[in-house]
Amino acid sequence: MQDINLKITDRNGAIHEVLAPTDMSMNLMEVIRSYELADEGTIGVCGGMAMCASCQVYVIAGSEKLPEMGDEEDAMLSEAFHVKDNSRLGCQIHITEDIEGLEVMIAPYP
Amino acid sequence: MITTDILIIGAGPTGLFAVFEAGLLKMKCHLIDALPQIGGQLTELYPKKPIFDIPGFPSINAGELVNNLMEQIKQFQPGFTLGETAQTLTKLEDGTFEVITNKGTVHRAKAVAIAGGLGTFEPRKPTIENIGDYEEKGVEYFIKEPEHFRNKRVVIAGGGDSALDWSIFLAEIASEVTLIHRRNEFRGALDSVEKVQALKDLGKIKLMTPAEVTGIKGDGKLSAITIEKDGETFDLETDYFIPLFGLTPKLGDLANWGLEIQKNAIVVNNALDYQTNIPGLYAIGDINTYPGKLKLILCGFHEATLMCQSVYNRLNPGKKFVLKYTTVSGVDGFDGSRKEAEKAVVKKID
Repeated sequence: MQDINLKITDRNGAIHEVLAPTDMSMNLMEVIRSYELADEGTIGVCGGMAMCASCQVYVIAGSEKLPEMGDEEDAMLSEAFHVKDNSRLGCQIHITEDIEGLEVMIAPYP
Repeated sequence: MITTDILIIGAGPTGLFAVFEAGLLKMKCHLIDALPQIGGQLTELYPKKPIFDIPGFPSINAGELVNNLMEQIKQFQPGFTLGETAQTLTKLEDGTFEVITNKGTVHRAKAVAIAGGLGTFEPRKPTIENIGDYEEKGVEYFIKEPEHFRNKRVVIAGGGDSALDWSIFLAEIASEVTLIHRRNEFRGALDSVEKVQALKDLGKIKLMTPAEVTGIKGDGKLSAITIEKDGETFDLETDYFIPLFGLTPKLGDLANWGLEIQKNAIVVNNALDYQTNIPGLYAIGDINTYPGKLKLILCGFHEATLMCQSVYNRLNPGKKFVLKYTTVSGVDGFDGSRKEAEKAVVKKID
């Protein structure tokens, strides 16, 4: 199991190139928290249940590598703010080797 | 005025369990919660979802855990102030605390434990520039008094259960109900979705999807909202606009209580008793932070237990006490009940 490379732009516009493990069943929201790229309390607020949209990201590159949105994610994004065509919920993006090189920007909160 | 030994701010799992541990030490508790029901996130966010890391429960639904906790603490007769937010905290000259809620309810306690989880749940407000100018002047985030809307024109925005449920409810009361959602699909109980469909077919609810409210107009009081639908922008006259986009937790008023705050959490002394920088004021559960902090229910239970021991020692300096095991000493409720292990039978076998 190899770590993968991700490029994450934080809410202040700073770009971070990070390594994420693929063998800890992590999701993108958890990677952002583990690197402290967003303040605690403003990311992963619901714990990762697709219920709050605090982990919304805009996918800059690599969207074709991502699996389709599930119903819960789709419904949450239909109620969230700042939503764009390339919005996804970080908590619903699982860290696998398939998404190597993914580039995202963390959306504003709330 | 409500008086108690330990005032607990937040009626989530950590706050509820603290009542039990306090009860074992003969201390009474009263809980305040901003939500109208107990359970905190477990009830508000995920009552039907299973939790797999409560020791001794291979799987338990969040709502069931709250019910069990309530069952476990009821003999200690906790008091509740629900649907109110703790707004101010003052340390009085005699060392006790006074906490007043947003509705003016006064609480006095010998110690205070903040078990506020992620903070106070507040409505998520849409990003419409001047929406603040019209709050309580036509823009409402909660429906406290449905009669308020009788024979009025109401616009509800949102796509979840509360938007559906209130549209159904107000369809019988308001003169006109318009439900606006950004998508054609709604996320809610099937029953609610079908009811809205039926009321729409009867002409009792006007449905506008996919559409979005982008502006608010009025002269001191709301008179119309601006709607974007199919690339067109138009105004709709209305008496009330009710955006129902769920709740989001905010640290809220307690950020002004002089507590040391770090990363949206209250700094505590975890080496001892989870006391904050204000003696007698504790923070337990998800709301606190310390090196190595984990936001887990089971950690909250541990923190609640240590907090109660510390409060006991504060309130009874010099009074001897050692930790007792419930299996040995049983549980004496404040309601006169007693639970204890069955005594072993000692009998000769011939």
